[in-house]
Amino acid sequence: MIQVSKLSKYYGGKRALGPVSFEIEDGETVGFLGLNGAGKTTALRILACDLRPSAGAVNVGGIDALGDPHEVRKRIGFLPESPPLYPEMTGVSYLEFAADLRRVAKADKRTFVGEALEVTDLRDVAGEPINTLSHGFRQRVGLAQAIVHKPALVILDEPTRGLDPKQIVEMRKLIHGLKDRHTVLISSHILAEVSQTCDRLLVLGQGRILGAGTEAELAAHEGNVKLVSITVRVPPAASGEPYRDGEVDARKTISAVLGRIDGVTQVGEPLSRGDGWAVSLTSTKDLRAEISRAVVQAGLDLLKLDYARSELENTFLRLVDTGAERAEA
Amino acid sequence: MRAATIIFRREMGTYLQSIVGRVTGALALLLMGVAFQVFGAKTQLSGEMLQQFFWGSSGVVMGVSIILSVRLVAEERQSGSLVLLSTSPVRETEIILGKFLAALAFLAIILAVSVYIPLLIKSEGKITGAQIFVGYLGLFLLGSATLAIGVFASTLARQQIVAAVTGAAIVVLMLLLYQLSRKLDAPMKDILAELDLWWIHFQQGFMKGVFNLKDAVYYVAVTYFFLLLSVKTLEAKRWQ
Repeated sequence: MIQVSKLSKYYGGKRALGPVSFEIEDGETVGFLGLNGAGKTTALRILACDLRPSAGAVNVGGIDALGDPHEVRKRIGFLPESPPLYPEMTGVSYLEFAADLRRVAKADKRTFVGEALEVTDLRDVAGEPINTLSHGFRQRVGLAQAIVHKPALVILDEPTRGLDPKQIVEMRKLIHGLKDRHTVLISSHILAEVSQTCDRLLVLGQGRILGAGTEAELAAHEGNVKLVSITVRVPPAASGEPYRDGEVDARKTISAVLGRIDGVTQVGEPLSRGDGWAVSLTSTKDLRAEISRAVVQAGLDLLKLDYARSELENTFLRLVDTGAERAEA
Repeated sequence: MRAATIIFRREMGTYLQSIVGRVTGALALLLMGVAFQVFGAKTQLSGEMLQQFFWGSSGVVMGVSIILSVRLVAEERQSGSLVLLSTSPVRETEIILGKFLAALAFLAIILAVSVYIPLLIKSEGKITGAQIFVGYLGLFLLGSATLAIGVFASTLARQQIVAAVTGAAIVVLMLLLYQLSRKLDAPMKDILAELDLWWIHFQQGFMKGVFNLKDAVYYVAVTYFFLLLSVKTLEAKRWQ
């Protein structure tokens, strides 16, 4: 569906993107993940033929996007960060306008608009002026204009931006519903967003691709660091004798017990938390069972144990950090 | 040109339904009425009265044309809705033409509604329908040229206020060309005088009920030139 080769974009002398190369298959839902300023929007705007790249090649559906952007635009639906709405129009007249612009045949227009309203669940408010709708509904109208002409490729830039938690869940459902009919590209800096919606991820940082693959493939990458957070309590009996200085001895005991576990690469400073001590430690593999066993065998009370961050969060931060280090070097 | 028609229809809907369109139309008609009262009352001769009406109305037409046109692209760029057009399979020529023609049609409606004023003069005086027609043709062509200048300014700017100032500055500059030409020698004197937006082609032609083909050609050429610049500017900014 999409082949991108050595794509880059400069604003003046400043590099915003690239060079990046990637391919996206028909029917895939791909997430562009990255911090703010990573180059996600630039990449998507180039793919939507809204921005000309400084160098490189883009091929969408077998058509050279630089040579014939007009033809590529017929096959694309684009929802930018801020939906391109005309506030004085009603939802239905706006969608009819968008359908006309995208050359939907007159005979099909009513059906296509009806289907877009159905998919985005806008039927009840379709006749109301857009400026009277809530932010969530406006975002849905924006999504409806991106799909009204049934494009092969739908590009959504931060589709849940500014939505409340309920609206985010609803928007995710809508996006999920698009997967059967379109190739979908989504950009986001929210990990849960892409994790729950996408088949494959492209992690961008400082204009470059830092990682690509499914969530599992990215997590399985060599050198993956896991950050575990535990809370333990140290009973007086654990040190064998009454503490002269309770805090120092408890800290030493915890650090010593955790530091001995095979595979633990780093143990953080134990911090007093209520009736226990909170410690973060890093490892290169899943050591939750070994940690809990070691803590209990040492006579400490294990109050809590979990990953400090989700698997994807760990992977993402590692990729971003690595990317930043490479850029500095 | 299907897209131009689609854009034309939407823009016309905006002019006719929005507060801005209605207020601009009402204000234009009010000012034309005031122009008739203020300038027309200076004379008892119907021919001169008509000329005075066109004199005042030409200022109103230029002002209104700037107001109507500067929003066309700059407002969309400011609000972000331009992305819908720029990512749709629509040519820049269609975008500019659709928007320009809508503004021109709205201006034509305003002019048509104001025609009761010269008709009043005709009913009481000795002017011909041809004089009225030529005068209105001049207002229409002057409006067309000013609208094209406004559209061009609109394609340059991100904010409407900047577009308005730029458009007004170009119009004022083109209104000063005749005055400037008087300080120069031929051939620059003649060239600048002929490029003036108002003195030669409107004030000495259409306003007096005199139709010269060269005056009409001048306004059409100015309109074409600035629309072409608008298309090229939008092209460069759209896919840069």
